[in-house]
Parts: sequence; C-alpha cells; structure tokens
Amino acid sequence: MAAMAAIELRGVVKRFGPITAVDGLDLDVPEGICLGLLGPNGAGKSTTMRLLTGQALPDAGELRALGHELPGDSKAARAEMGVVPQLDNLDVDVTVEDNLAVYARLYRVADVGAAVDRALDLARLRDRRRDAVDELSGGMRRRLLLARGLIHEPKLILLDEPTVGLDPQIRTELWTLIDALRSRGTTILMSTHYIEEAERLADEVAVMTHGKVISRGKPAELIVEHVGRETAEVYGPPDRLATVRADVEARGLAVRPAGPAIAIVGSERAGNGAIPEDAVVRAATLEDVFVMLTGEAAE
Amino acid sequence: MRRLEPAAIGGVMSRELANFRTYWRGTTFSSVLEPIVYLLAFGLGLSATLVDEVAGVPYVQFVGTGMVATAVIFSSALPAMFGTFVKHRFQNTYEAILAAPVDVEELVSAEMLWIGLRASVYGCVPLLVTILFGLDPAPGMLLVPLFCLATALGFAGFGIAIAATVAKIDQFNYVTALFVTPLFLVSGAFFPIDELPEGVQAVAQLNPLHQLVELVRGGAFGYEGIDLIRFAGLVAFALVMWRIAVSRMEARLID
Repeated sequence: MAAMAAIELRGVVKRFGPITAVDGLDLDVPEGICLGLLGPNGAGKSTTMRLLTGQALPDAGELRALGHELPGDSKAARAEMGVVPQLDNLDVDVTVEDNLAVYARLYRVADVGAAVDRALDLARLRDRRRDAVDELSGGMRRRLLLARGLIHEPKLILLDEPTVGLDPQIRTELWTLIDALRSRGTTILMSTHYIEEAERLADEVAVMTHGKVISRGKPAELIVEHVGRETAEVYGPPDRLATVRADVEARGLAVRPAGPAIAIVGSERAGNGAIPEDAVVRAATLEDVFVMLTGEAAE
Repeated sequence: MRRLEPAAIGGVMSRELANFRTYWRGTTFSSVLEPIVYLLAFGLGLSATLVDEVAGVPYVQFVGTGMVATAVIFSSALPAMFGTFVKHRFQNTYEAILAAPVDVEELVSAEMLWIGLRASVYGCVPLLVTILFGLDPAPGMLLVPLFCLATALGFAGFGIAIAATVAKIDQFNYVTALFVTPLFLVSGAFFPIDELPEGVQAVAQLNPLHQLVELVRGGAFGYEGIDLIRFAGLVAFALVMWRIAVSRMEARLID
C-alpha cells in the first residue's frame, strides 16, 4: 500500500511582482521519507517552505500538509510540523532552556519541563542549559535551533537549508542528528543547495529550478537516468579544453564545466578514442545531475 | 484552531518576559531615575524661580502627574517601534514565531499587551515619585494603572504599525519629530493647554496623552463627569490602533 502523502502540492504558483518564484509546482512528500529539495539559489525552495508555514499565500494551486488545507487550516498544520529555519533566530541573551521553553509553550506542549529536557538531550546541551545562547559555539547554536524545531515531537519537519554557511565539522554533526530523525520515521522536507547533504540524507531528491521540480527520484536513479554511470574529467589549458569539448560534443556526448576542468558525462557510452587518455574517469554523481539539469555550479 | 487563543498570546508574552529578565535592571533604573531628574529640574527648578503653582496645584505636583503621560508614551510607542522593527528585520524572530501555531493577530495582540502592561507599571513611577515630593495619595489614583494601560496599548499599536510601514529604521526620526514629540509637548504635562491658541487646544483634545494627563490629575485631585468620556476615548484609541497594527503587520509578515 502506498504511503499517505504528508505534503501535497498541486499546480502551486507564487509571484512577487514580476517574478514568479514558484511556477506550477507539483510535489508529494510521502510519510516517513526524507525528501531533499535540491536547487540553486532563487529556485523557489525557501518560498515553498514559506507557503507550507502559511507565511506566503499562493496565487494559484492547492496545498495540503498532514491532511490540512493550506493556507486556510495552516495553524492546525503548523501545530503538527516543526520548522528549522535557514537563519539563526534564537534569542541570544536568553538561556538555552528558556529558548526551548518559550517554543514548548507556543506549540502547546503539556509538560514543558519534560519537553525541554528531551530537547536538551537531543541537542547535547544539558550541561549548558542555564547559559545564554550567545555563549554557545556555532555548532551548539545550530543543534539548539534543530532541537527547538523538534520540541513538540512533530510528525513533519521542514529543514530550510539546515547547514548553510556552517563549517564541515558542524555540518557533519547536524547530519548525524537529521539522520537519526529519518531513522525514526519522521517525515522530512529539506531544502538544500549542497549536493553532498542531499546525497547523504535524502531518500529521494527533487531537483528544483525556476520554481518547478524538473526531476525527482532516488539519488542513484537520478544519476543513471540523467548522466549514466561514469564521468570523465579532462584538465588542461582553456584552448585544449575547448578542442576536447567540441570533439566529444560532436560525438553526441554531454559536457559540462567543472571548475578548471570539463566533465564528460556518461563517458562509458563513448566510442573508442572519444575520451582523452589523460582524462580522470570517476563514478557519476548527483553533482553531475544537478549541473546538467540546472546549468548551475554545484556547492 | 480558533482566533486569539490565550495559549498563543501567553506563549509570545513568555518570550518577552524571558528577554525582559535579561535587561530589566537598566530599563527600570532609567524609568525611575528619569522622573526624579525631571521633577528636580522642571518641578523644583521652575517652581523656585518662575512658576509657583498652576490651577491651584503646586507646580511640582502638576508636572509630576503630567509626567505619567511622558513615561507611558516613551515606554510604549518607542519600544514598539524599535522592538518590532528589530525583531522582524534583524532577528527574524517573527518568522520563527509564525512557524508555530500562532497567527499575526495573536502575535500583535501579545506584543501590544506586553508593552501595555509594562508601560502601565512604568507610567505609575512618576506618580509614586511625586508622592515623595509631597503629593497626597488619593483613592482615585488606584485607577491610574488602568488609564496608563489603555493609553499604552494604543501607542504600542501605533508603534507596531509604524514599524510595519517604514522601510528603514532611520525613518523613525520623522515619526518621533512629527508625532511623538509634539504629542507629549501639547499633552498638558508641563503647562496647561488652555494657554495655547484655540485651534491648537481643539487639536490637543484629540491627543490621547492629553486625555491621560487629565485622567491622572483627576485621580490625584478629583474626577469629573467628563473623565468617563476621556477613558472611553482611550479605549477606542487602543482598539483602532490594534486593528491598524494587525492589518499592517499582516501585510508585512505574510507574502
């Protein structure tokens, strides 16, 4: 039996003056999965998140979250979902436990003390509970932000670029926490423009650009579908790269820029002699898919 | 879920309280010290040299009762303007609150209520200080916190609506110069408005701070029948400002 959809969007449109941020978006998120919404800046990911929390109203289309019609029944939906924002909006002068207690009250948690203790354990901040937030490290603040969004044990979590701007160590810490939530069966919608984040955490990835989902599937399926099994990277001076590019494109292969190199995707399909001997052949990745589909450089 | 849930309003106010616990000393210190300084400067200074009494009331008591209005506007309109702007534009606080089951009407109501309650306490400080300067306590003064609350709610709504309207924080200078300062100068706090030109007197009647000043003096020196109308006017002011603030904030916070 197919899992019920925690989120259903049908033909959703959101415009800001002349800009169409979300353009006829169709998106289902089944219960119990982590869906990565992968797209470049300006793809419409954050606007989609705001539509789901009732902070943006659609110009057209239908939205449902946890069975509630949006935006009409948004308040009831928000009571059952948790949101971890892109920007740190903790109250910095207030203690860690008071930050959590305020949101436990806002989410109508019956036993505020127990919820705060649970969140402190999750964020591994029990020994810092009486410290002001501005005394915490960047990683601790991010863990606290995540724990705040989970204070009421929501069925659905919206993570809006959860690790944007963080250093690799803190990012890994957060990935561990998010992965634990996913293992518990919590439904997660996570917007990100980090390829590695989507690859590691998402059961499925929806690639979004210009306000639409242009491809969706499990990461491995997307790779096979769009870029094949292997990618060959060729390094060299610009003149040589231009020559190689023209040659392989003439043979029907797709090429994309890859920093100082060019990447020939689906290189396993090339005939003899098509790939230069000095090319570095590697397994195709989600980054290849992202760049081929969106035309944007990956992060 | 229904509108204006006490749990949502209480939750937002608990956030304000948690923050207030971190800065209450400084705010309270200035709220107590300011009226003392003003009373020493205007009250004792002027009464010793230029003005002995106004309408049969010692000038220090006239100014002391009037300063309740000054305390109320400066602890309601200004914190509402700056606090709302900072929480919205710089701290992204409202984005987090509105992701919880709280709507804009509840958010604005809670912010107004918090500012109103706080300003009604600070508004009483000048009255208490004036008692130390010789004003006789009177039973009518027990209603002063209620008058302060109604006025402060209105000015909190005014400040929130302004914060939701301006594009940049420095535009508050225009609001302060064009509205806040004139309102408190022609409130009758420092001099009786019946000395002003008739046109200005008529306009001053629309000034909520003037009505508050008259009500506080009523509490101290005896109420009149018209004071009931004055209070009704302050309640109407608060209600109108509440709806304007909610409307402006909805336009600002919901895309």
